[in-house]
Amino acid sequence: MKYIDEFRDGALARQIAERIAAEADPAQRYRFMEFCGGHTHAISRYGVLELLPENVRMIHGPGCPVCVLPIGRLDMAIDLALHQRVILCTYGDTLRVPASEQLSLLKAKARGADIRMVYSAADALQLAQQNPEREVVFFAIGFETTTPPTALVIDAAARQGVANFSVLCNHVLTPPAIRAILDGASAAERATAEIQGFVGPAHVSIVIGSDPYARFAREYRKPVVIAGFEPLDVLQAILMLLRQVNEGRAEVENEFTRAVSPGGNLRAQALMEQVFELRPAFEWRGLGSLAHSALQIRPAYRQHDAEHRFGLNYRSVADHKSCECGAILRGVKEPRECKIFGTVCTPENPIGSCMVSSEGACAAHYTYGRFRDIPLVPVAAEALTA
Amino acid sequence: MEHEQGLIELGGIRKSISLALVPEAVVGDYVIVHVGHAIGLLDPEEAQRTLDIFAQLERFQEAPPLPQMQPLAPRPPLESTQPVKELTP
Repeated sequence: MKYIDEFRDGALARQIAERIAAEADPAQRYRFMEFCGGHTHAISRYGVLELLPENVRMIHGPGCPVCVLPIGRLDMAIDLALHQRVILCTYGDTLRVPASEQLSLLKAKARGADIRMVYSAADALQLAQQNPEREVVFFAIGFETTTPPTALVIDAAARQGVANFSVLCNHVLTPPAIRAILDGASAAERATAEIQGFVGPAHVSIVIGSDPYARFAREYRKPVVIAGFEPLDVLQAILMLLRQVNEGRAEVENEFTRAVSPGGNLRAQALMEQVFELRPAFEWRGLGSLAHSALQIRPAYRQHDAEHRFGLNYRSVADHKSCECGAILRGVKEPRECKIFGTVCTPENPIGSCMVSSEGACAAHYTYGRFRDIPLVPVAAEALTA
Repeated sequence: MEHEQGLIELGGIRKSISLALVPEAVVGDYVIVHVGHAIGLLDPEEAQRTLDIFAQLERFQEAPPLPQMQPLAPRPPLESTQPVKELTP
């Protein structure tokens, strides 16, 4: 596939890795965070970690839409589907996220709730048009990549007068999450999770551009390198971050110039601005409640706002007490440090949200990396002869 | 205009997606697709420039070629680079 295969070349990947190894200062430890779940997936799937020297570490960030969705927001969706009997439309990866009372959207569906998996927000609007006698709610999640499509359908529903269609909006913003990581939950965590630079998101940056990251470079003195989702993109970005650290620079650099511009997709931004406004506060799984970190539907489109239409109220629910998703999302713990990882919590039976989506740190490590943690034990000769 | 659809192709799979967010796309362009919507255009010149940076690295090192990296499992084409085949209103 053109523009994909070229960026997965194994021989070139090894050469970039050799450059990284050659330029990494052996006396120094490098800790970079890939913010985005798409990068987490690529790093795990293509074995990028194995190509990096020991002193270059990648920390998984919170840029996984399903992972940061708190239980309370899922409970709202389940309530709509189970008790208000709406047709609830959702992207596939929210279906298995654990909610309250050992429920998930999938288990609610098994109890008779009408929950439909859709590929696109436009499919949800179409369902509403086909079922005028039913209330149809689109459970909208995601960062700035999925937000413009949601804005399109809300605007279309308003203009076409699709009165039975509404959206339960959970859209969140990337820059406030990066700021939350940098500010840290506590001084102790900040010390353990000292991050020297960020691999900036690919698709989010296509929409918002590279300019919004400038303040992290300026105010926090952290380099940001925006990278595409292919393994060579990620490796090249790591090399660029390492060079910035070595040269004492903190700049926004763009490895993904084939799709990301400084200003981003202005049409998508204008649509988001037209339909959404900043939510005063939103609770993120792992990061807690963050001011001005998410979007809500503007009053002009209130008729299509499920929270308003059904009088929904958010109730905060604590995560499972053994689950380390919170610390993993803040970059202070790794999946293998969670005592239920791979035992009680598996992709088939996830306890925490990070085990659900393929972009989640735990699911990615479970699928592609968990056997790395098991040391190879040489069989002693006497054990064989005994 | 805002409901303009385009037919894209990815490795032989064709799918109709929305071009409402990238109305400037024309047949033959490569678009980045996310949840059924093109969110951006791919700039072939910039793609080549990035590949050239990798190639410079290759000349610099002259390492023997190694087998291609292969994905372990197929991934659904939710987000990928795909050429636009045709436009429908």
